[in-house]
Parts: sequence; C-alpha cells; structure tokens
Amino acid sequence: MTKKTEVRNFHQAKWDEPVIYELSSKGERGILFPEIEKEIEEIVGDGISILPENMIRKQPPRLPELSQMQILKHYLRLSQQTLGADLNVDIGQGTCTMKYSPKINERLATSPKITELHPSQDESTVQGVLEIIYKLDLFLREISGLDKFTFQPGGGSQAILAMASIIQAYHESNDESEKRDEMISTMFSHPSDAAAPTVKGYKVINIYPNEDGLPDVEALKEAVSDRTAGLLITNPEDTGIFNPKIKEFTRIVHEAGGICGYDQANANGILGITRAKEADFDLCFFNLHKTFSSPHGCGGPATGALGVTKELVKFLPVPLVEFNKEKYYFNYDVPLSIGKVRSFYGVIPAILKAYSWIMSLGSEGLKEVSQIAVLNNNYLLKKVLEIRGASAPYAKGRHRIEQVRYSWDELFKDTGVTTEDITCRMVDFGFHMWSSHHPFIVPQPFTLEPTESYSKAELDEYIAGLKKVVEEAYEDPDLVKNAPHRSVVHKIETDSLDDPTKWAITWRAYLKKSKK
Amino acid sequence: MDKRKKIIHPYIPNSVPEIKAKMLEEIGVKDIDELYEDIPDNLRFKGEMNLPDPFPSEYELKRHVEQILSKNQTCHENLSFLGGDCWQHYVPAICDEINQRSEFLTAYAGEPYEDHGRFQTLFEYASMMGELLDMDVVNVPTYDWGQAASTSIRMAARITNRSEILISETISPDRLSIIKNYCKPVLEIGLVKFNTSTGKLDVNDLKSKISSKTAGIYFENPSFIGCIENQGKIISDIAHDYGALSLVGTDPISLGILIPPSNYGADIVCGDIQALGIHMQFGGGLAGFIATRDEERFVMEYPSRLFGITSTVVEGEHGFGDVTYDRTSFHDRIEGKEFIGTATALWGITAGVYLALAGPQGMRELGQLILQKSQYAMKKLSEIKGVKIPFHQSAHFKEFVVDFNDTGKSVKDVNKVLLTKGIFGGKDISVDFPELRNCAVYCVTEIHTKDDIDRLVQALNECLYEEVSS
Repeated sequence: MTKKTEVRNFHQAKWDEPVIYELSSKGERGILFPEIEKEIEEIVGDGISILPENMIRKQPPRLPELSQMQILKHYLRLSQQTLGADLNVDIGQGTCTMKYSPKINERLATSPKITELHPSQDESTVQGVLEIIYKLDLFLREISGLDKFTFQPGGGSQAILAMASIIQAYHESNDESEKRDEMISTMFSHPSDAAAPTVKGYKVINIYPNEDGLPDVEALKEAVSDRTAGLLITNPEDTGIFNPKIKEFTRIVHEAGGICGYDQANANGILGITRAKEADFDLCFFNLHKTFSSPHGCGGPATGALGVTKELVKFLPVPLVEFNKEKYYFNYDVPLSIGKVRSFYGVIPAILKAYSWIMSLGSEGLKEVSQIAVLNNNYLLKKVLEIRGASAPYAKGRHRIEQVRYSWDELFKDTGVTTEDITCRMVDFGFHMWSSHHPFIVPQPFTLEPTESYSKAELDEYIAGLKKVVEEAYEDPDLVKNAPHRSVVHKIETDSLDDPTKWAITWRAYLKKSKK
Repeated sequence: MDKRKKIIHPYIPNSVPEIKAKMLEEIGVKDIDELYEDIPDNLRFKGEMNLPDPFPSEYELKRHVEQILSKNQTCHENLSFLGGDCWQHYVPAICDEINQRSEFLTAYAGEPYEDHGRFQTLFEYASMMGELLDMDVVNVPTYDWGQAASTSIRMAARITNRSEILISETISPDRLSIIKNYCKPVLEIGLVKFNTSTGKLDVNDLKSKISSKTAGIYFENPSFIGCIENQGKIISDIAHDYGALSLVGTDPISLGILIPPSNYGADIVCGDIQALGIHMQFGGGLAGFIATRDEERFVMEYPSRLFGITSTVVEGEHGFGDVTYDRTSFHDRIEGKEFIGTATALWGITAGVYLALAGPQGMRELGQLILQKSQYAMKKLSEIKGVKIPFHQSAHFKEFVVDFNDTGKSVKDVNKVLLTKGIFGGKDISVDFPELRNCAVYCVTEIHTKDDIDRLVQALNECLYEEVSS
C-alpha cells in the first residue's frame, strides 16, 4: 500500500486443498494410543469378547488414514483459507461485533487450570472458576442494572429461549400461561427473538418498522392484549438506530400484563450509557462473544449471559453460583426454576475471557469502548454516504449507535449489481461484507459495524475497498458479477444445495450421488 | 484537559486524541455525546458502574487472573474418575494447535469464498462423523447433547406430526431437564422404566406405554448409568410398528468398537462430541451432534446449518455452501425450524481433527483400550468388601455404577475422603437415581493407567475400612 489509502493487491491463500478423504492413504496413522498393560490384559482378556455379539462393530468406520504432519498441513491450509477477524478489517459483518479478542485471554483460558476441570468436581476444588463466574455476574449487574445473571445459555439464541421459558414460567406461576400465548417482537430484532418463542409454543407478533425505521408504537398498542405473554426486542436494532421510545414499549407491555426481555446481544455502543434497568426491562442478555470480546470461533462456542430482576430470580435455570463471604457455591434451591437449558454452568472459556476483558478496561474503559465504537460507526456512515449508489435508509441526517444497515438499491438500479455481487467482489480485496437478516426489508441491504477495535486507517482502507468495487460496478459490472476472482474458490453452483437428489452433506453422500 | 493520566488503551486505537478530533470534525460534531442524541435523558445511566479498578497492563492482568485460577485443583493435579456428560480423554496436541489458529478462532459468518476453509472443515467433520455413525447427514454442531436430543425429539414430532415422546429413565438427569424445558408445553413426555438388574430398557414397559400417538422413543447407548443396550433393534422395531421414530443418544468415542445406532434401526442419532479432542473446561467443551439418513423428510426438519459440497464455475474445483438454507430461522423467523444461532462450530472443527488423527484403526484400538481398562476397574472395585457393581451382568463401555450401600458409608463421605488423597471419586447419583440409593457413576478411560486404578482401589479400601477415626 502506498501512503494514500488504496486497496490492497490482495490474493487469498489458495491451496487447491482436496477433501481429506482424497488424501487418505491406507495404513497411515495420525496418532497412537497407549498399549494396554499386560497385567490388565491377563485379567480381562481382549475386552471385546465380553460384549453382546450384536453390539460389536464388524466394519471399522471409514475414516481417512493420514500421518500426523499431513493432517496438520491439511488443517493449516484450510485455516489459511478462512478469513478471521485477526487478519482482516472485519467491519463488514454488521451485527456480529467483530472486535479484537485479546491473546492474553486466550492464554489464560487455555491454561490447564481451566481446561482440566471436570464440572462435577467438589466445590472446594473449583473456587477459582466459581469466583470468576460470580464476579462476572456482579459486573454484568452493574452494566445492565439487573439483579442476577446466569451464564448457562450457550449463545444468544439459547438465551432468548431461556427468556421465553422464564416468561412462560412466570405466567404459569400466576395460572395465566395458557391464556397468555402471544409473544411480541419486531422485524429488526434478531430472527431468534421470534423463532425461539415459537419453539415454546408462542404465537409471535412481529412489529414492522415505521418510516423512521423504528418499531411502530401504534402497532404495538394494537398488538397487546390479555393474550400477551411478553416482549422480546433488540435495541438498537439492526439499523443501529436507538429506539428512544423503548420505555413506552415496556410500559405498554407491562400494562397488558406482559414481561419484557431486552436483546442486548450486541451492547457495544451503550456500555455505561444506557441500561436495561432504566428502560424497565425484566430480563436482558449479553453475548459474551460479541460485546465482551470472546472470539467467535467460526460460530461458537459462545455465551448468552442472561440477567433478570430480583422478582424473576426464582425462575432462573439451576444452579446459580453464590458467595457466602467464605466460599463460592452452587445453589440448586431455585423454587420455580425452568430447569436447565444447557448442561452444567455455561461455556467457561467465554466467561473467563469476558471477565478478563472487563478487568483490563474497567468502568471508564468500557465507556470508552462504546464511545469509540459509536465514533467509528458515525465516521464510517459519513464516508459510506459519500459513495455513489449507497444509502442509509431511515433517520436521514441523524447519527447511529454501533452499526448501520445500508442499501445498495440505487447502485442496483443503476447497474444491476446486487449486494451479493458486491460481497463476492469485496472478498477479492480481503474484506467481508454482510447483507442482512431475512426478510430484506431494506432492499439490497448491507450492514457494517466497525466496533472500537479498528484504526482510522483501517476504516479508510475498507471505505477505499467499497469505493473501488462501486467504481467497477459502474464501469465494468460483469467484473463484479463474476466475482470472486482472487479468493479461495470461484463462484459456486448453488442449485444442487437445494436439490435432494444432488445435495451432499457428507463425503459418503457425495460419493453415492456423484456416481449416479 | 482532564488532569488524571489518560491512557490510550491498546484495544482502542482511535482513542488517540488527535485521531478522535479528526474523526469528530469529519462527522461534523464537537463531542461524542452528540452522537447519542437519540437516547433521551430519562434513559441515560447517570451513575458510575461499580467495577473494580482495572489492570490495563497485560502483566498485571495476567497476574490477577492467574492468582484466581490458582485456587482451582485440576484433573491433572489429581486423579479423577468423574464422567457423566463430560469426560476426561486425551486431547492430541494438534487438536489444540488447530482450534487456536487465529483464522478459525476469530472467523464467524463469512461467505463460502473467503471462509472456504470454515465450510470445508465443518463439511469434513460431518463426513467423518457420518462414517462413525453410518449415516449420511450430520449437522454443524449445536450447543450440547441436551440440545441435540431436544431437537431430535422436536424433529421426530414434526416428522410424525405427533406430540407424545417416550424417554428411557436411564437418561442423564440434566439432559432430561433440558428436554423437558425445551418441549414444554408443546410435547408430552413419558418415561420408560429400566430393568433394575440389567440396567437396560424395560421392553414390556415400553410396549405398555407406546401408542399411535407416540412420535418417538428416545434412549441412550451406552446409557447414563453406563450399560450397553443390546435391545436396540427390538426397541426400534417396536417404535416403527407404531409409526414412531427410534431416537438414540450415543457416545461417539465408543463407535470404533460398538455398532452405531443406525445399524439397529435408529432414525435420528445424537450425542456429544466433547470426548473427541476437546478439553472438559468445567463443562465448557460440550457440543452436540445430530445425524440422520439422507431423506428429504429428515433433512428438511433440521434447524441447524448443514454444509454441503458443490462445484464451482471452474472445472474440478470443490465449493461448499449451505444446504436448504431456507428451512432455517435465519431465512424465515416464523416458519423456520426451531432456531439457529452461534453454537459450537470450533469444537466441530476440533472433533474433525481428532477423528482424522485417530483414523479407523485408532478408533478401534481406543475403544478396546477403554473397554479393557474399565473392565479391570470394575473387577477390582467389585473385590472391595461391600462394594458392588449392580449391573455387572450387562456390558459397559467407560462408565459404570458403583454401589456403596453395603459399605455403611455414603458416596458423599467416601468422596470426601478420596479427595484428601488427591482422588476425585465417581459422580454421586444417589439423589438423581433414588431407586439405586447410595451409588456413584465411575468413569475410566484411556488416560487411566493400571497404577491409577490400583491407587483408587487401595484408597477406597483405606477409606472404607482403615480410617474410621477420620
């Protein structure tokens, strides 16, 4: 790159790496296990003949056979063909909060002092990890204003399921769970805010945005009734517009007898600024793998840290982690607990990383995180709006919180180039660009979220990438439409992925179907 | 300017005042607070978050966290026989090497181009699991076995359009709790008894409870109490006779040596992959799998991502992508199957590495090794006066129940004494399985040596019969 910000002359690693089965060579070994001790063998024999005959596997599983270095190499090549946040200016996956996951926290979380703990160990042997869990609970109470957190949910969606379960248990305790069979959400809330309560048998009413991009209060008023169980809502929604009437939403739902759950999966723009408590929410959750820096791991492991007001503590999944001034302990005595949503106590490495991240920043630091995330986002907004063909629907001229849902509609109308095309071309410059959750209410959507982690120079580089691709779209649309050109692979054939006679979810299915 | 020393935190580059000022100028505001114009005053948090003073220096932070972690005593420092939904197996170095790679660790939701490696590794994971399970469809992993079992059950209900489920009582209590919450109030759950002398499912009880309303029968093999269920075919046949599905939870690490559930009629198979190269992490290493045959009626009911192999515009190039994405809640927030979100993909990649390392021979040798060690442990423990192995007439894999009823000591007390000797005794199940009274589930795997097992036996002898005064 020259001093002036330009796009990189990028090419992603392309190893042309075969599927692991194509590398298999009979007889090679990747790892050996210990030999059985002779004394044991003399006593128990081969260990197999004691099994019921009908349970003994006759054909070994057809796993690939490779030596160790060859396996390592295969996976390292595949890793190079994956664009992690550690490598790119990862501001193109809006809503995902692709911030820096500090390496020190990885070192701490991969210490045997964490990795080699069994969850059923005696409490006296796990005081350290219980302390981490308990203190992170205290921290999140401060950040949300709510009264107690559980870390059991293994992701945001599971936290939403837990919220819906707690809302149901609350109404059940009032003998109203059958009557209150409707949950309210909004179209710009995460899809799971509608999908998870559906699992719990709720009919979900989705409030559409008004012309300002905000969920319509009048529509909410019409939606509530004595059938309303509760509200599950994101704020700011995917548009990055903060809903200033959020307290009116909770009031309307409360007046109808409902319970309000705040989806704060992404709270990256509001730490120390505004909280669930001030907006009168009864429950909320934070994704530790978003706002609180635990890495995304290609899609987990993750944590949806779920908090409630003290009135709802009695419904939380068990066990709770408590402290009696001497020791930390598990509390299973939760009278109306929904039971469990996940085994044991949660994704411990994510909890540890969040704890460590907060301890690195403190109260002032967390606020700084949010303020800079918002600064970066509004800087990016300004720059994106200068690009031909791009727009930011709703709330014209106003600022946004941590992300923006933009539109390439104008560019599409001018050139026929779609969001998907641009995504594929951005790849050629080493960038991600994500569209939107479905349905695409904003036409030709794309969503950017710069977080606090990226420097101004990096934001400028991403903008230069967008500008370059837009330039190409106007001058040579086919170049963009046929992208990617410099990625790992070229345009994939997608029809077969929806065709039962052709889709192949495993190599063995592929071999069967490709023979036909 | 603030008189306090203002630090530029290493995680926040644009904190540098000159940069900040430049960006504010570009945006056209004087102060960052102006950017929050949409948050009304009554929603503003006016106080200070009461958080401890931070450790901005990495060294102090490390000292601080390590000091807390030093209070933990691990299964490396002690000798552990704990199992039951989380297991201590050897984790090959390459498993950690791969899941610590920046590229995999920090990727998320990119496209099948720049994230080709993510798609391919997870496709390969599914492919290897498919061989182990002898099934053609395996999902991108979900949260844990509890979720995998819950979803298997909901899939069965949708496929059969029925709303009653039968579950074997030998299921893990935690898992049953997860399933109950997940199915409430949509499905009705009934429990099927087990034979208290064999630990296996009571087929007569199943026959008396199954009906044309039953969507499926779910049982685990090996079960939570460790017994290998060899009536799988009989159970599946009964289910199928009533138009119900056979749903089986299984431990994949047993399948180098045991036949997979699909071979005895299972329609949907689920379980946890933590044993396959993932550290226990105090229960943080769990990840669930679901597998079925490659039939549209099954595939279309998965809520999970399913990654498939396809071609590209370049001859001979493999591409990957989402199979039937439209069935997921990412595509349709109301009609999508259950819901999908971030779960445990990195552990899926890791389990793939593990299966590639072990290979067909390794999985068989490992299975045999575990069988031999656990059988040795059972034999030695049963020789202790008063200690019994209640289901000894059934075969076991790595876990088995140890009965302390005749020793005059509770499992709790026994474990307390063992702990003083640096041994974590088996999981106390006296509350969860009251019919067995004073029992524990012990777990023996390839990590245990003969000396380890002998040490346990000696320690038990001591604590039962030599240390009355303690």
